Amino acid sequence: MERPKEEKEYSFNDSKKINRRLLLGSVAASAVIALVKTTTGQLVPAAVPKHVSVPPDPTKVQGPPPGALGTRSPFEQLAKKTSDTSSRTPLQSLYGVITPSDLHFERHHGGVPVIDPTAYKLVIHGMVKRPMTFTLNDLKRFPSASRIAFLECSGNFRSGKEEMTPQEICGLTSQSEWTGVMLSTLFREVGASPKATWFLAEGSDAAVMTRSIPMSKGWNDAMIAYGQNGEALRPQQGYPARLFLPGWEGNTNVKWIRRIEVSDQPFMTREETSKYTENIKDGKIRQFSFDMDARSIITFPAYPVQLDKGWVEIKGLAWSGRGKILTVEVSVDAGKKWYSATLQEPVLDKAHTRFRFLWKWNGHETEIMSRAIDETGYTQPTLQQLTDARGNDMGGYHLNPITAWAIKRDGRVLFKPEKWK
Amino acid sequence: MLLLLLTVVFIVSCKDKQEDEMIVYNKHAAKRQHADSVINVKIITEMPPTFDIGRKATSAEINEWDIDVRADGKGLPEGSGNATEGKAIFTQKCAACHGKDGEGGAYARLVAAMGDTVKTKTIGNYWPWSTTLFDYIRRTMPYNMPGSLKDNEVYSLTAYLLYRNKIIDSSKIIDARSLPGVVMPARKYYVNDDRRGGPEVR
Ligand code: HEC
Repeated sequence: MERPKEEKEYSFNDSKKINRRLLLGSVAASAVIALVKTTTGQLVPAAVPKHVSVPPDPTKVQGPPPGALGTRSPFEQLAKKTSDTSSRTPLQSLYGVITPSDLHFERHHGGVPVIDPTAYKLVIHGMVKRPMTFTLNDLKRFPSASRIAFLECSGNFRSGKEEMTPQEICGLTSQSEWTGVMLSTLFREVGASPKATWFLAEGSDAAVMTRSIPMSKGWNDAMIAYGQNGEALRPQQGYPARLFLPGWEGNTNVKWIRRIEVSDQPFMTREETSKYTENIKDGKIRQFSFDMDARSIITFPAYPVQLDKGWVEIKGLAWSGRGKILTVEVSVDAGKKWYSATLQEPVLDKAHTRFRFLWKWNGHETEIMSRAIDETGYTQPTLQQLTDARGNDMGGYHLNPITAWAIKRDGRVLFKPEKWK
Repeated sequence: MLLLLLTVVFIVSCKDKQEDEMIVYNKHAAKRQHADSVINVKIITEMPPTFDIGRKATSAEINEWDIDVRADGKGLPEGSGNATEGKAIFTQKCAACHGKDGEGGAYARLVAAMGDTVKTKTIGNYWPWSTTLFDYIRRTMPYNMPGSLKDNEVYSLTAYLLYRNKIIDSSKIIDARSLPGVVMPARKYYVNDDRRGGPEVR
């Protein structure tokens, strides 16, 4: 089966009726530069970038010498999809489970601050024996820990039309290896009171972002992270230090953290009242929904892929904020029968888990979909199950419905949007 | 040569006895095991209570950043305000983005009283605590000049927005004593998430 380059297809996404095969063909044959329009109306090169000259035979010329920094191949046009408030990871273009740091999704409420690491400090006060200030160097001197875990925005669900990529539907989830000092280590250092039940985490961005977090999470597995995928955090991810709460909704993982106030009640900040709360049944509003529910999405084949008849390796990602993924089930007949997919080992706690499923497509119309089951026994629901459980007024946060892809007779793969309001 | 080496070892071990003893943390070590070396090493199996890293926070640096206001009003500063003054400040500093009187602007609508037909979730029909308004406005508004408002201005803007959302009447003075007592209409609808995994979809 010929599998076209997904990232190429992504760039072709918004172009009007450009023949993909023809363009791909021209890439191989010569250095023709095709310009395609992105959603923002920018013209970007889709084939061979202008500054790249491709020798007819790479074995007959010396290549460039070793460089100070590695670069992405100019043929790989990876990009986040941006809006005014966020930018989304191109899930359909990635392999494995680690999100390259520059493709980690972004959501912030006051832009990305510039912070001098030598001037950085973290203040911990409130119900503690010793209110203390730590520099970045201090944080790095403490015993450190690393863990691979996903980070997902709880507003990570978009729907509405058939022409939507995994990136557009749920690109507000990414995964990194985070390194830092466990918050429990700092709590011991300052002598946090055993009577304390909540702490406030505050960022040093223009939003001066604040969230109240139960102390139990702080003692259990919270981390003040300064490392991401082997290097310092990216500014967009909280440089030089952020709170990282494995499995919890993105917003609670306060970036550019400057202050922690230990307390015995939640602070009721705007971000845990006006936002990041959701309407459920009987007019109730659910607050402090911290855990990210189990979810999965097929990232191949997915819009805008053009499928050929024959063997297809269906692949995707599954994750749960409550533990490990136990199983991912795949259906290739619109949800009538479900089969277990193969999970890529090692399956980690609260981490994106890659699944794969082999299928021979016979050219008939059908729908393919996946559902994640986590170790607590929770099965990813349908949108109908979610509206049944939460009511038609349910809010837009913590929506994790099964995503279905319609395969058309001509091989087009389209998102199947469902109405819920 | 051998003599020299012995002397060095002797000096090193003497020096070490004079200073603090060397400690290593190894939670898997047998309790009474001692390192087999000339240098005196004590093995501990529990993490030390503190690492003596970092410094005491000064009250000046805590006060500079400690701007949060809790739901019970803890953290509210001196000063006061009212809706009339709030309206004037709002027109000048907020209306450009939030619209005249807090509706119809390019950004977040700020007025939707409980029972209105307006669907937007905001102060009147969705916010559970009045103190949040003071905390948020002081913290980060106006968006183009965050943190620029004086406490009295924030009190007045809070009073104005509470009034516009039909929660207080226009004459009420808002200050550290009165604000926590303003009960928001939506508070009674709030419940804590009590889902803990398992098969049920909620
Ligand atoms: C330059 C535009 C701009 C100006 C001026 C501005 N705001 Fe805002 N305001 C915003 C934006 C944008 C948001 C949403 C921010 C977010 O969600 O992160 C917002 C959000 C708010 C909210 C929260 C609404 C909700 O329901 O959660 C309040 C309250 C608010 N502003 C009050 C004010 C007040 C009071 C002023 C004047 C002192 C002001 N704003 C000036 C742009 C502005």
